[in-house]
Amino acid sequence: MAKTTYYVPIGPIHPALKEPIRVEAEVEGEKIVKVDVKRGFAHRGIEYMGMKRNAIQTLYLSERICGICSISHPYAFVIGSEKALGIEAPPRAQYIRPIIAELERIHSHILWIGVIAHEIGFDSLLFWTWKGREKVLDVLELITGNRINYAMYMIGGVRRDLKESHIKALRDMITYYWEFTEHMKEVFLSDPVYKARTRGVAQVPKDMALKLNLVGPTARAAGLRMDIRQDIPFDAYADMDVKAVVPQDIVGEVRGDAYDATMVRIYEIEQSLDIIEYCIDNLPEGRILAIPNYIALLNKIKKTAGEAIGAHEAPRGEVVHYLKYDGTRDGPSVWKVVAPSYNNINSWGYCLLGAEVADIPVVVAYIDPCLCCNDRVAVVRDSTGKMLDYSFIHKKAVEKTRALEKELGVRK
Amino acid sequence: MGKLTSFKRSLWVFHASGGSCNGCDIEIIAALTPRYDAERFGIKLVGSPRHADVLLVTGAIPRDFADKLRRIYEQMPDPKAVIAVGNCGTSGGVFYDSYNIVGPIDEIIPVDVYVPGCPPRPEAIVDAVVKAWLKLEKLEKQLEGKEE
Repeated sequence: MAKTTYYVPIGPIHPALKEPIRVEAEVEGEKIVKVDVKRGFAHRGIEYMGMKRNAIQTLYLSERICGICSISHPYAFVIGSEKALGIEAPPRAQYIRPIIAELERIHSHILWIGVIAHEIGFDSLLFWTWKGREKVLDVLELITGNRINYAMYMIGGVRRDLKESHIKALRDMITYYWEFTEHMKEVFLSDPVYKARTRGVAQVPKDMALKLNLVGPTARAAGLRMDIRQDIPFDAYADMDVKAVVPQDIVGEVRGDAYDATMVRIYEIEQSLDIIEYCIDNLPEGRILAIPNYIALLNKIKKTAGEAIGAHEAPRGEVVHYLKYDGTRDGPSVWKVVAPSYNNINSWGYCLLGAEVADIPVVVAYIDPCLCCNDRVAVVRDSTGKMLDYSFIHKKAVEKTRALEKELGVRK
Repeated sequence: MGKLTSFKRSLWVFHASGGSCNGCDIEIIAALTPRYDAERFGIKLVGSPRHADVLLVTGAIPRDFADKLRRIYEQMPDPKAVIAVGNCGTSGGVFYDSYNIVGPIDEIIPVDVYVPGCPPRPEAIVDAVVKAWLKLEKLEKQLEGKEE
């Protein structure tokens, strides 16, 4: 029989992917019949390094897990550390933190909207959205001093205070973005070509989204009401009523495709604007750090034992940090990071099967993958505490295959 | 900047992201978009290293990625220049003591221009591309001399 399928390797370096990952697809004509995702090209061993450094150094290392979520990872880290160490941030810091986190969400969502426009061939839209994104980067630079990697958070507070001039810039920005999101809705959601290109592409139904453990805007686009800010509120989020943005509240129906994902993200920008406005209207006075002296802070960490989980809703979904301090050194003795893209990449296999080759970029981009976030390593230990290395697990796998062969009566 | 005499075409750039945190990568895209607009000089990102004059590399290089980076470099036509963007690419940065990092970019392939910063501003990246352009000028002249 003649060969009917062709093998299409994509990556690890490919113009459709901004980061290294490999998608291997087998195609029959235009249809994808088999797909496999390989990851791990961006693994840097961050958790291992963090467990050797002190907590303040590790906090800024956590910022470098991902340059786009460079607030989300430190946020989860400080929430977890504060729970484990029994420190509480002053009220003013608890209101400044969500402002920075929501600014990051705005820039990340606009970035994604530009990228998806680029993937389906609207390059002028990419340039237009990224022009709009510069405004929020200017505000972030004014407040924190850098466009990306802000070094704003600290265990027990924030490092920089908000001044009157910052609040004025924030209010200017809010008016700018209310206009900008209205314009974006017109350009993206009302455009017939955009609708035709994204409706039904990368479609995940609600029960499948639950089964694949999707998180963040990807899960909300499928109609699941889940949001860390709503489910486990922390800091100033507990004072306001944050509700997950889902398509059924906006247009009354859920399809769970790339179009719905665009809609959810545009409406989440508006939600972020509301949160920022609430925070600057109700900003309490007072200190910004619980323990202003870093040496005193490190000494306290050295003497305190405790473990906790810190979670934050990053632009891409929930980010969870597990931290354990054993009271002997000034850094975490165990640090485990779970990033949202790790769950969301599960949907690629499901969405790509039966799709067309031309849809691969849309499927890959619609979850807003962040591969530097998710390349972690897992070490498996057996009950005696012995570490199982790869060759041992491989031996086990071969043994199981041989046993099955015997059972099924297959002869070699 | 001197007058461009021998390198008489638009500068095409290939961008390879190693173990970077994405910070430098989005600043590279920001350098191309309207605020900084490097495209008005004809500088543009291309999809294949075989079309590129300049290779932009970000991040410290993980073990899995080193041979792939070497292959990209070898695929580029001469004259070529390499720019290392960001602290991790120039020196290892915060990842200096990782078990899975084989080193900064210049331990894998020769680097011509270094852009330190975490991440560097788009202006710095555009400046680095201009510096690489001058280097390409020199290389092109050498190549022409050889042919004569």
